[in-house]
Amino acid sequence: MSIAFLAEQSFNALQLGLMLFLMAVGVTLAFGTMRLINLAHGSFFMLAAYFYAWVIAQTDSGIISFIGALAGLAVLAVLIERIIIRPLYLRDHLEQVLATFGLILVFNDLVMMVWGRDPVYVPLPDILSGHVMLGDIAYPAYRLVITAVAIIIGIAIWYLITRTRTGGLIRASADNRAVVQALGANVDRLGGAVFALVAVLAGIAGIMTAPLIAVTSGMGDSVLIQSLVVVIIGGLGSISGALVGALLVAFVDVFGRTYLPFLLGNTTGFALANMAIYLLMAATLVWRPFGIFGKPR
Amino acid sequence: MSPSFLPLRIVIVCCVALAIAALAAFGDQTVLRFASRVAIMGLAAVAVDVVLGYAGLVSLGHAAFFGLGAYVTGALALLGYHEGLVVWPVAIGTATLAALIIGALALRTTGVYFIMITLAFAQMFYYGANAVPGLGGADGFRLPARSTLAGFSLDNPRTFFLLCAFVLIAVLLFARRASFASFGYSLQAARDDAVRSAASGIRNYWLRLAAFTISGAIAGLAGVLSANLTLYIAPSSVLSWHLSAELLVMVILGMAGTLYGAIVGAAIFLALVEIISHYTDFWAMYVGIAVIARVLLLRDGLLVTLRKLVTP
Repeated sequence: MSIAFLAEQSFNALQLGLMLFLMAVGVTLAFGTMRLINLAHGSFFMLAAYFYAWVIAQTDSGIISFIGALAGLAVLAVLIERIIIRPLYLRDHLEQVLATFGLILVFNDLVMMVWGRDPVYVPLPDILSGHVMLGDIAYPAYRLVITAVAIIIGIAIWYLITRTRTGGLIRASADNRAVVQALGANVDRLGGAVFALVAVLAGIAGIMTAPLIAVTSGMGDSVLIQSLVVVIIGGLGSISGALVGALLVAFVDVFGRTYLPFLLGNTTGFALANMAIYLLMAATLVWRPFGIFGKPR
Repeated sequence: MSPSFLPLRIVIVCCVALAIAALAAFGDQTVLRFASRVAIMGLAAVAVDVVLGYAGLVSLGHAAFFGLGAYVTGALALLGYHEGLVVWPVAIGTATLAALIIGALALRTTGVYFIMITLAFAQMFYYGANAVPGLGGADGFRLPARSTLAGFSLDNPRTFFLLCAFVLIAVLLFARRASFASFGYSLQAARDDAVRSAASGIRNYWLRLAAFTISGAIAGLAGVLSANLTLYIAPSSVLSWHLSAELLVMVILGMAGTLYGAIVGAAIFLALVEIISHYTDFWAMYVGIAVIARVLLLRDGLLVTLRKLVTP
């Protein structure tokens, strides 16, 4: 266990944490602005990866594929919001859970119908396939770039929410939708825009993760649940909570998988490493039932 | 329910008894297997309805209790313990204990938090089961034999179906009775207005915890029966969060808050899956479309809609 190894694992955890943040911030924003619990959030992660894999197979251009996949996803998100999600804003959470679960079933099967059951592999962009020397560790350039991109997007989200008029409206409608509407803002359109925005954020996470894992039907499910754990720990509706929760979950997950099998032997260690983030969640709930930055609702 | 419904109820009870007897007498292997599955999933859906319909809590984690019941039964069978009078209480006890612990943590919150926390805890067992040595990991494992009950073999599909039907009816009667007792009314009072119920001396938290724990025990019992029916257990079949969501779908397909509605919903859901999967591998997509349609178009559930059509 050298310092270099430790540093490499820390970078991996940071990168995983930022991916989880891109997902979790969407869950938190959708709930914060529209009181919506959206299980289909993981489907956007998966769909973007499939779209990207498909466009890149046709055009061979990473940039075109990236923009094309996200544009397609945004259009799809707007349509879904208009047809299925909008009638659910004022309904209870059970109906939101069921309808968005229905969406997961539809999308998981749809991608298998269109692209087949076999995993789809997405190539790394050529210029990013090498390694970068950080001190004496050779770290994959691709992972470094997606970490940087995620940080830039994180700052952009922070700016949007705290420094712009749109962000003010988003925060205001989280506190009181009816008053924001009465003051003349189009809350429905705002909801649609936020829904498309969080879908695109999930899509970016999906596309950036795609070359690291195989693209398969249902790949969004496990990411969805991890980002729910992040939100439970950080506090629903809080953006800083999503960031802190994502990093906590990522570090516990990566280091749990690295060290627990060493400490406890392979069998117990692996079983416990699989469950580590949920035990972290349980511990947080004992301490703060509504998450670190959460308020009772 | 008003007294005028009494004759209708007697007719329905007679029809159900006749249907069970006819199935047990004339059903072939496939029919009996499907009927047993309906009874088992109906039992699990009743468990979900106890917390959903009466406590007003959306649990997206009942697969954990169902799966624990199944896994403990399977693990004990691998160790050579087949006597149901020993194995089943242990399996149900494990599920009950898990429900008590998860409930104690999750019930400190409500609403969306409760949904997400129950889902996350169930997922913990899913990933745990994937890594437990000796139980086949993600591939699952086969049970060497079905449990016996006080020495009697349950291998005959007719015996097994009758047992499932008996268990389902016994649990249904028990839960209906509890729902019309002080327990059930206090639970509903806590659901409808937590502040007033607390003010009138009802301890909301403990009451909900009791309901959640009982519900976990029922789901565990369903898991025990399921392991005995299929004789095959894998995380993806008994611990998947899709199972938790499907149980919710069954409850709202029928009617939440009636208990028997959950059983009707389970029957409709399983029949739907059976029919669609006959024609296409992508049955889940059509189930998804049906669920979305149910939520958006048919706001009351099938039974209520039917009742509105029958009694204008």
